[in-house]
Amino acid sequence: MVTGLEVRDVTVTYPGTPPVLAVDGVNLAVAQGEIVGLLGPSGSGKSSLLGAIVGIVPLTSGAILWDEVDVKNTPVHERGFGLVFQDGQLFPHRTVAGNIAFGLEMLGVSRIDREKRVTDALTLVGLEGFGSRRIDELSGGERQRVALARSLTPRPRLLLLDEPLGSLDHDLRDRLAMDVREILEATGSTAIVVTHDPDEADIICSRIVRMDRGRLS
Amino acid sequence: MTATTSSGSGRRSLSDDPVTRAIAQAHSPRVSRLGALALPIAFLGLFFLWPVGTLLWRGLSDGSGEAFTSGRTWTALGTTVTLALAGTVGSVLLGLGAAWALYRITWRGQAVARALVTVPFVLPTVVVAVAFGALLRPSGLLGFLGLDQGIVPIVAALVFFNVSVVTRIVGGTWASLDPGTTIAARTLGATRWQAFRHITLPALGPGLAAAAAIVFLFCSTSFGIVLILGGTRTNTLETEIWLEVKQFLDLRVAASLALLQVAIVALTLAVASWAQTHRERALRRTRVDGTRAATRSDLRLAVLVLAPTALLLGLPLVGLIERSMRTRSGWGFSNYAALLTTPERSNLPVPVWRAAVTSLEAATIAAIVAFSLGLLLAAAITRARRARILNAIAMLPLGVSSVIVGLGILVTLYRPLPGGLDLGDPRLLVPAAQAIVALPLVVRSLVPTLRSISPDLRAAASTLGASPRRVWWLVDWPLIRRPTGVALGLAFAVSLGEFGATSFVARPDHPTLPTAIYRLLSHPGIENVGTAFAACVLLAFITAAVMMVTERWRGKEVTEW
Repeated sequence: MVTGLEVRDVTVTYPGTPPVLAVDGVNLAVAQGEIVGLLGPSGSGKSSLLGAIVGIVPLTSGAILWDEVDVKNTPVHERGFGLVFQDGQLFPHRTVAGNIAFGLEMLGVSRIDREKRVTDALTLVGLEGFGSRRIDELSGGERQRVALARSLTPRPRLLLLDEPLGSLDHDLRDRLAMDVREILEATGSTAIVVTHDPDEADIICSRIVRMDRGRLS
Repeated sequence: MTATTSSGSGRRSLSDDPVTRAIAQAHSPRVSRLGALALPIAFLGLFFLWPVGTLLWRGLSDGSGEAFTSGRTWTALGTTVTLALAGTVGSVLLGLGAAWALYRITWRGQAVARALVTVPFVLPTVVVAVAFGALLRPSGLLGFLGLDQGIVPIVAALVFFNVSVVTRIVGGTWASLDPGTTIAARTLGATRWQAFRHITLPALGPGLAAAAAIVFLFCSTSFGIVLILGGTRTNTLETEIWLEVKQFLDLRVAASLALLQVAIVALTLAVASWAQTHRERALRRTRVDGTRAATRSDLRLAVLVLAPTALLLGLPLVGLIERSMRTRSGWGFSNYAALLTTPERSNLPVPVWRAAVTSLEAATIAAIVAFSLGLLLAAAITRARRARILNAIAMLPLGVSSVIVGLGILVTLYRPLPGGLDLGDPRLLVPAAQAIVALPLVVRSLVPTLRSISPDLRAAASTLGASPRRVWWLVDWPLIRRPTGVALGLAFAVSLGEFGATSFVARPDHPTLPTAIYRLLSHPGIENVGTAFAACVLLAFITAAVMMVTERWRGKEVTEW
């Protein structure tokens, strides 16, 4: 039995004239606890593949399996796959703690447990005491840490990171890349990290897969 | 507002690609989306598409062509276009100066001035018409000018309404113009006027065109103003339709006129939409904060350009209040006391306060209906693939004049329907007609807000385990709550003052406040007129109060409605 994620023959086509073939028959397996880097130039279909796995981009053909169960028709919110956006996409109307607690609220975790886990998460990403801050008071790096904490806190069975450091400046990126690796390892996460920066991929990931023009190479 | 997210900042994200976005949106559960749309579509179908369609079909299938050979029709058409052009030119001239003074430069007390300029737009047409009548009639404050006949009062009232439309649209464009080009022109030797003429004015062009087109639309469909101020002498297509129905009882000719009116409006809408596209393109190109603190000479100029607008907006209201206090025995409140009793020598069968209660009830229902359906439509428009079609359907009532909506409902729904269904109850039809009129405004004020929420933000909530329903309640709703308050207030104010459609649908024994005022005025007598003035003040007061409350909700955000 294959445990973890299996992407089987996945194709994503966008309608149009002519239709755009973004992901072209991709096969990929990610074992539990593995951190896979998906490396490639922009426009290579990395984000489409990520979107297809998480369920916000529909498949043209193929299957997405978790522990050999096809989740292709499972709605996004029931898949248990977390996604860290390049620009964070933090909820502007919630505090830092409110953002991190969001996934726990969806799971129906009690308030006391939520508070504890939010505190733990803040410690994990190095933002102790930031819970009551507003989103617009955070720097770019702090935002991405909150985004990471928010996605990790409900303990998704798979975490997808879409250029998580892409919007940060260079110095910050290198430091944060180390932190991301440590955090992912500390939580025993299974993860796919999309990036176009080979150094970043080297730091964060245990295995690297290259993607070009919709195919893995 | 705080919901602005990062799309457009040049960074790539999952949903920046329009194709991806379209697909991601289409991926949300279809069934619930269609279910949510069924209600607004059914409502629009029953109270708008069917009645108006039936009416226009009658006009088309009337082979006699009587309306098109009558001299009255062409006179009315000419008057409609003349009045609309005059109203547009006046609004643009005054609005341009006000836009600069209220949006380009900044000064203390500006927010209050902006809010004051907005109020006229939502004042009921009946009130404005009566106010200008009171101001200009021989015994009024400006009676010595001798302007109470002809088209001057009508044009003044049209400008009164629409100056705020120009101010907001052009002001928004002006505030975001890069001041650098003007400075460059000045260093090249241009005077302040030359710089304005050759640099600023062309840059404002698209905004001006968009504003002018929409003002022309409002002016050409203005009904209450022309009916009350024009009397029997000045007739537009709208009032001609009213006359055909109410006096000559000729539905065929009315239907033909409605057809003509719809054609004019369609033409204007086409121009407006073309101008709007250009304006959006222009806005995208240069979006900087071009405002600056007012200097002493700026302030002098501001006073100069705002003075005529202030007079135009202020005097009629002062005149109205003055007239409402004037009684047989000097000054007093007896006109207001008369609101509590049934007038003796008039054709108003109920006291004015009853009409006010009827109005409040109807407007409350209409506002809730328009708001709920508008919210569903706006949510669908921002997510659906066929958004343009949906948007067009939701905007249709804006383009079809309220007179035609009212007449359409009168000819189709005021009788037993197949299956023993009877919708001919004015308690149902009045709010329904008002909701139809208010719906496009609600949708127009909500769509930009919902569009400003990035689809990625919703996707983020989904990946954290939120179902589509919870995404709506936990992400969309908190972010649009404030603007929705404004939309609700707007729907209420519009419904409260609605006159065109309501005048066809409301029964004589069950008038709303605006129709009661019209009835008081149409039966001369000093007491009736005094009571009408007092009723107008009451109506204006309620409307202004509602808008002031919602304006506070809105905060700093600038919208056009």
